[in-house]
Amino acid sequence: MKYTPNPSSVVDEMLQAIGCSDLDDLFVDIREELKIKHRLNLSAGMGEMEIRNRLKYLADRNINTDDYPCFLGAGAYDHYIPAALEQLLLRSEFYTAYTPYQPEISQGILQSIFEYQTMICKLTGLDVSNASMYDGGSSLAEACNVACTNSKGKSKVVISDTVHPEYLDILKAYALSGHMEIVVVPGEDGHADIDAMVKAIDNETACAVIQQPNFYGILEDPTALEKAIHGNKGMFIMSVEPLSLALLKSPAEWGADIAVGEGQSLGISLSFGGPYLGFMAASKALIRKIPGRIVGQTTDLDGKRAFVLTLQAREQHIRREKAASNICSNQALCALASSMYLSFVGDQGLKDIAARCHHLALYARQEFEKAGMQLMYKQPFFNEFALRINNPGNANRILLENGIIGGYELEDALLLAFTEKRNRAEIDQLVAVLGGINNA
Amino acid sequence: MPKLIFEKHVTNSNPFSLPACDIPLPEISETIPAHFLRNETTALPEVSEVETVRHFTELSTRAYGVDSGFYPLGSCTMKYNPKINEWAARLPGFAGIHPCQSQDTVQGALQLYYEMQEMLAEINGMDAFSLQPAAGAHGEMTGIMMIKAYHQHRKDYKRTKIMVPDSAHGTNPATANVIGYEIIEIKSNERGLVDLEDLRAKMNDEVAGLMLTNPNTLGLFEEEIQDIAAIVHDGGGLLYYDGANLNGILGVARPGDMGFDVVHVNLHKTFGTPHGGGGPGSGPVGVKSKLIDFLPKPVVVKNEDVYSFNNDLPLSIGKVKNFYGNFGVIVKAYTYIKSLGAEGIKEACQHAVLNANYLRHQLRDDFNIPIDRLCKHEFVINSKKQSAYGVTTLDIAKRLIDYGYHPPTIYFPLIISEAMMIEPTETESKERLHEFVDVMKTIARESAQETDKLLNAPQNAVIKRVDEVTAARKPIVKWEAP
Repeated sequence: MKYTPNPSSVVDEMLQAIGCSDLDDLFVDIREELKIKHRLNLSAGMGEMEIRNRLKYLADRNINTDDYPCFLGAGAYDHYIPAALEQLLLRSEFYTAYTPYQPEISQGILQSIFEYQTMICKLTGLDVSNASMYDGGSSLAEACNVACTNSKGKSKVVISDTVHPEYLDILKAYALSGHMEIVVVPGEDGHADIDAMVKAIDNETACAVIQQPNFYGILEDPTALEKAIHGNKGMFIMSVEPLSLALLKSPAEWGADIAVGEGQSLGISLSFGGPYLGFMAASKALIRKIPGRIVGQTTDLDGKRAFVLTLQAREQHIRREKAASNICSNQALCALASSMYLSFVGDQGLKDIAARCHHLALYARQEFEKAGMQLMYKQPFFNEFALRINNPGNANRILLENGIIGGYELEDALLLAFTEKRNRAEIDQLVAVLGGINNA
Repeated sequence: MPKLIFEKHVTNSNPFSLPACDIPLPEISETIPAHFLRNETTALPEVSEVETVRHFTELSTRAYGVDSGFYPLGSCTMKYNPKINEWAARLPGFAGIHPCQSQDTVQGALQLYYEMQEMLAEINGMDAFSLQPAAGAHGEMTGIMMIKAYHQHRKDYKRTKIMVPDSAHGTNPATANVIGYEIIEIKSNERGLVDLEDLRAKMNDEVAGLMLTNPNTLGLFEEEIQDIAAIVHDGGGLLYYDGANLNGILGVARPGDMGFDVVHVNLHKTFGTPHGGGGPGSGPVGVKSKLIDFLPKPVVVKNEDVYSFNNDLPLSIGKVKNFYGNFGVIVKAYTYIKSLGAEGIKEACQHAVLNANYLRHQLRDDFNIPIDRLCKHEFVINSKKQSAYGVTTLDIAKRLIDYGYHPPTIYFPLIISEAMMIEPTETESKERLHEFVDVMKTIARESAQETDKLLNAPQNAVIKRVDEVTAARKPIVKWEAP
């Protein structure tokens, strides 16, 4: 298969027109010894039917959530995606476009981003949202970087280990910069040790970070932490699950300066971990400090409402070595998917979905308890909890034999997530299989 | 002007419903303490399905993609995005797999990852690849982190600087700064290439490495790349390859053979995956053997036809992204490489370079070309000839919109004043190039004779030029209910 439209006769004409005798003449500026002499060790090109077979073969070697009910969460969730969204996302004016640098020819994309920013602000309660980051983990690291590079030399990040462990790994990698010192405070009993976090805050602390719900699905109460970090003139950063915000207190209500999170729940397929959607929202005071693209509303010469990339003086292509972030390509199409998702489900729909997830999780807990099993932790949760079980790896294997994708394996527990795609029958079967193992 | 989705709100018009569910449905206030519950409204819009579909369809008609027409955006490689790639990424066996499934249930995905690592290593002449970074700039960051980790592991702590040419993409100096390096700028010479004398003078034992794009942002191949590599390596530094312009040498020469130690590639440029209006992209990083230990984890390994993640990498820089990378994008790029094969990969590059040089020849009578010689996949013109009439590069770009084209990259690279960077890619036909040339010639004529048409352009777009100053001074970045 090839996508070059000029046949060889046309190529010859074009070569002749520019005074070349063959295609090799176009590469005389590359020293001979640098040219590839061997045939690249790649397979020969494939026609479309062959390539379909190849990809179908690989895809069929994976067990997927269309065929198996999935109780895995841990930062990626098996939510329903409306059919209309999937079709609209294939409008090629959206997906084959570049970043909307030229506003006159990109109003549709710019408006969609403006709508996305507004929705993120509504969910988080904050004043400003950027046009997306790579994912939940990297957006958290970028938020901490904002705090550390805008707090007069303070560089300490006080963070609970009840945050997603991969987010902590990413934060530590970003800290190779030398701009951040990461202080991980161990949690207790499945939630953040707020007292210990408060004690860890000192004059060097730029920010304090909590995840809501935390990695174990538990709701954190950061009231005292927010007071302490603000009392110390540091920033309070929350990593939040956007769907849960239909029910749960918003980051603004908790007093957060920056909210970040993983937006995959909002209409983005699981796709083995990506592409997903990092979001970032912040208080008004930080509008010129946050990284990434921002779309603003303005007018054109005729006074008509128009949208444009704005505050670009913050960004790498203008500020170069003085830029605080290097982000360029983001996850614009995923951001578009999430704003389509929120439009299709609507305000009440989002509340209903969040409530259903929570109710299914409550039902599962009730049934597990009836079967004599216990949760690891007793605190309130949203749609995910850790179920105590011996040898969780073995439990997952048996679940798979029963046609179920089980949970995330913790030490002596399975972290189980419940989305609106699950139903009573599936949960009953989950409980029956795990109950059987537990009582064996 | 289309309304915002919020302005289309009609209470109770949204039809979304959940399936019936035979479980207890207690009030949330009974199951979650009030302290954790939201008081503020979310106030998302309620719009019927048909009106929502029309809303986004209308927005799409006010956007412009590669499928809409010619998109000669320099350094962005806006080539055609094959449709089979979209089909592949949406297969349930790819789109519907959870990243934490047990590895025996995702052997096809792991195999695809493994083969992709191998193919990219072969195409780039590198020893190993990680597919984890989410975009080009993210790949750059990962690469510079590895360079830092490498020097630190050798206890070579005095290397606190990174060299970047003055023609570099903005992401290069930004990346090095973000990772905590001081930037040293290297001059370009009159031929538009790295000035070797300047490089030699600035290379010392405080320099961790040099970041380079080859072909560079003028579309010129750095002919003395081996000498550049020798200067950097002899001084104890490493050489970083910014793969944004890989399309100019793809299948013809390899960064690994030129002496580069770390590379990133942009799957959304060189390997045909769509740009999505600003992402998602994918920016895999490749390394020579001496840097393998520092790759982000995990990497995919193969053992007797079983594929698995290897997390046992004690010197790894760790993770830069959740899970393993932008898998959906990687599926598309894999499909692309498999479709083209060894010969097709090279032909793509040859045709891209032919199209660029052909266009350069066609435009040289009407536009100034500051460095007018053999280029690779792109070249730079400017508005010097038109400036006598008060016309700027911005005016030319806006006039192109009137004629139905997406303008080229403008005002970059910074070393050329009033630059306009043109990259036609290999997927444009000779006829299409000529249509563009005709329009450019018309614009050149209009510059002299009907200057107002440029100064007031665009006239045929959905809006006229926008007030960017007010947008930045008094930012309105979200909709407020009236």
